[in-house]
Amino acid sequence: MAKLVAKSPCAGLLPVTHGRVTLRELTFDRITSVAPFKGKEKVVSSALEKAVGAGLPDIGRLVTGREGQICWTQQEQYFVFDAELPRLNAAVTDQSDAWACVALEGDGTRDVLARLCPLNFCAMTEGDVARSLIGHMSAIIIWRSDGYDLMVFRAFAPTLVHELETIMRSIAAQAQIAS
Amino acid sequence: MRITCPICGERDRREFYYMGADDYLDRPAEGDVEAMHRYLHIRSNPAGVTRDLWHHEAGCSAWLVVERNVSTHEILRVELASKVVS
Repeated sequence: MAKLVAKSPCAGLLPVTHGRVTLRELTFDRITSVAPFKGKEKVVSSALEKAVGAGLPDIGRLVTGREGQICWTQQEQYFVFDAELPRLNAAVTDQSDAWACVALEGDGTRDVLARLCPLNFCAMTEGDVARSLIGHMSAIIIWRSDGYDLMVFRAFAPTLVHELETIMRSIAAQAQIAS
Repeated sequence: MRITCPICGERDRREFYYMGADDYLDRPAEGDVEAMHRYLHIRSNPAGVTRDLWHHEAGCSAWLVVERNVSTHEILRVELASKVVS
């Protein structure tokens, strides 16, 4: 397929660093939503296992395959990142341009996100996925070893960056006062 | 207030949207005007246990039936609406 010049959702806004926390944009070549038809979860899971090397993950989890990753995203729906899919017994839609994806990394990322998101962060570990709120935005939150991957609808990209950057600034400033 | 979603676990109230009494699950047959009127407009307003529909809007998108006590704010039971109906 021809590769066209694409403008990413956070173009011109990222990366930014405040204190020890960095916010940078993540770009995926392809995001595909997979919603298995009723009772077809097992069939879809084994088809994916064959095609990308990983089946459907448990609720609230992310798995890595030979090619790409599969992420639980909501009731009976999964996102597949950066993998070409075969024909599946599922409702499949292309979501590649629909999401603004950012990575929040560094020391104290939890303090930043905890100000904007009502989740219980103590209960989460690497590879966990949650649907929740960032400010007033519905988001997908993925736990990584060194921070979080955050996804919101593309049109919210500037709001997401603004909300996070404001908190990052505030927390960096507070750390300076304390020291 | 926290609601334990059967899919996502315990979550903050902000993630949920309140729809109304679980009467909405019992839609009457077409043509029965009186029953349709009751279905749409007539609600009891108890000071005690109620069963309501909530949507886990900012979470997994599941519709939930939440049984709670409006006097004590206790949440007694949460079920998936899809399981209650089927």
